[in-house]
Amino acid sequence: MGQWLLLAALVAVAWYFGSEAAANMSRRHAGFGFGFLAENTNFDIPFRLISWDVGDTYARALLVCILNTLLVSAMSIVAATLLGLLVGVMRLSANWLVRNIALGFIELVRNTPQLVQIIFWYVAVLQTLPGPRQSIVLPGGILLNIRGFYLPSFVANDRANILWLAALLVLLAIPLVWRIRFREFPLSVKSLWLLPVAAAVFAAGVDRLDWPALHGFNIAGGVQVVPELVALWAGLSIYAAAFIAEIVRAAIQSVHRGQREAALSLGLKPRRVLSKIILPQALRVMIPPITSQYLNIIKSSSLGAAVAYPELFQIFAGTVLQQTARETETMVILMAVFLTINLSASALMNWYNHRVALVTR
Amino acid sequence: MLRFRAGAAACCVALACLLTFGGTATAQNETKSVTMDAIKKRGQLICGVDTGIPGYAFQDSKGTWQGLDIAYCRAVADALLGSPDKVKYIGTTSKVRFSVLQSGEIDVLIRDSEHTFIRNTQLGLDEPAVNFFTGQTFMVKKSLGVAHTKDLNGATICLLTGTTLETNIADYNRSNNIKINTLLFDKSEEAFAAADAGRCDGYTDDGGSVAAARSTMKQPNDWIFLPETIGGLQPLGSFTRQGDEAWTRLVKWVHYAMLEIEVLGINKGNLEQMKQSKDPETRRFLGLEGDFGKLLGVDNEWAYRIARDIGSYGDAYEATFGNKGGLGLPRGMNNLSSNGGLQTMPTWH
Repeated sequence: MGQWLLLAALVAVAWYFGSEAAANMSRRHAGFGFGFLAENTNFDIPFRLISWDVGDTYARALLVCILNTLLVSAMSIVAATLLGLLVGVMRLSANWLVRNIALGFIELVRNTPQLVQIIFWYVAVLQTLPGPRQSIVLPGGILLNIRGFYLPSFVANDRANILWLAALLVLLAIPLVWRIRFREFPLSVKSLWLLPVAAAVFAAGVDRLDWPALHGFNIAGGVQVVPELVALWAGLSIYAAAFIAEIVRAAIQSVHRGQREAALSLGLKPRRVLSKIILPQALRVMIPPITSQYLNIIKSSSLGAAVAYPELFQIFAGTVLQQTARETETMVILMAVFLTINLSASALMNWYNHRVALVTR
Repeated sequence: MLRFRAGAAACCVALACLLTFGGTATAQNETKSVTMDAIKKRGQLICGVDTGIPGYAFQDSKGTWQGLDIAYCRAVADALLGSPDKVKYIGTTSKVRFSVLQSGEIDVLIRDSEHTFIRNTQLGLDEPAVNFFTGQTFMVKKSLGVAHTKDLNGATICLLTGTTLETNIADYNRSNNIKINTLLFDKSEEAFAAADAGRCDGYTDDGGSVAAARSTMKQPNDWIFLPETIGGLQPLGSFTRQGDEAWTRLVKWVHYAMLEIEVLGINKGNLEQMKQSKDPETRRFLGLEGDFGKLLGVDNEWAYRIARDIGSYGDAYEATFGNKGGLGLPRGMNNLSSNGGLQTMPTWH
């Protein structure tokens, strides 16, 4: 009975705030609605993955921004996982120097604010690079300057569509071929022969390479990786890597040492003990806390607004909010999109967790 | 019985009405303003200003607010409360400035903000006075060798997000069929720091802000202003909430008073002398004759106090954007119309 009363009270409070908000909004001449998404914009988005022109709709701007957010999140999740795994294993190394380098890294990164780190990468590291006319030339025709990294890009020929799709399919087939059994033994490492095949098919679709070079104010040609993306990527992945490293260490230590001793006594080499006995068992412990680190990365991508990376928060809580004066709607959109992305990521990780979980009877 | 009670109640209501309205009917000119009453009760004006930009509003090394917009906050407080120091400044970002005004957190917004159609209509705000005329100006490194805005095709410009600047560049690109790239920052300090480091080829904002930005660059002399402005004339000024005409009127006439002080040639040195003047316009303005203050809802000494404590518009400009303020921005469009500028006002009759 008491619980029902509490629930009723909560509903009443929510209803009160809702009606107050509605009254305030109508007083400010702003009805609630998402119709503005179909209207045309009048601003540019400096960095995007898909084509964008001034005059496209707000809905398209939303898509461009979602892709920007997903790009930096995905890049950071991959980098944070690899770096975290490496540092976590280093933390348990028998070598004093390796162990303490890992410890120092973790303590330094975990105990400074993430926003400060992102701005550090942007202002203190990337903004000290030389201007476009004094670009640093790296091997492979890569140019590095304050405007970012410039990589050579592939120019497609007229058969590229089909060939590149084929190369992608070959790549995707590798894990399947890996498991094919031939006379009782899986093909495993032999399936990596498909990699050069994929590369050859890809190369057949390339017309020529486009090399970056100075042209007017800027470098033209090639692919530009803007420093805003690099700074945000570094800031997000290094910060998360420190936490993931500690999760990895804890997970490895949670595997009973009898397991390791038993494996060694069977004559397995130490590296195989780690990869075949310890890590698979540690993985089960790692996944739930690592999932929450992934979700943190996605949410923290909104810090990109501080370094001019045009992700969802910057464009929608900045430009769009100002130009349409629809504060409530843009915030609702932002929350809905982040909620959707994070719930999907969480569902995916839960599915994986379920798959690797120990089956007990 | 019931009927009698209803009748008695009606009588009481009628009587009460008579008493209250009858009392005020004699002084019809008395102004009613929710905002002004709230400020008087609080004893303090809450003024929304910029978070920090030289020229308009910034805190000096002692933590005191300085700038042209600050002079206006002080003048309004002086007129209404009798002291220019009874002001609480709230630094507002470009994202939240109109929301905090709409929600009533601040009484007036004087924050280098452009007067526009949408802000007047859709946002439901009044635009009482323009205290600074400007246009969107580009500043680029001298070494770039660019002389005109059109030559910026292909260049990247650092700027502040959530403003009309982005829209102006988009429009300019479309009408001239060129491509000026933009890089959007949340705070102007970050934007001009990035420009200074060389991440962008230039920086853009309204003329006053660009002058302010140049003064903070490592080598101010390495930067030049391009002569053309885009997006037309930008009138920057104060905003009030709609629905309180008396308050909007006061904010507007405080601006005109600062212009009038300049027109009449009043300054801090000759103020007491001016009080002896025979000129009826001066006498009315300084509150020696007539009821100008009462009509605005303040006392008749209001303009005298502004002349004494703040000075004329010209003085305020000189102390902020002019040579005294260290920005050295020529007054140009902000001269009085009699000197070839755009600053003008209704007559004081």
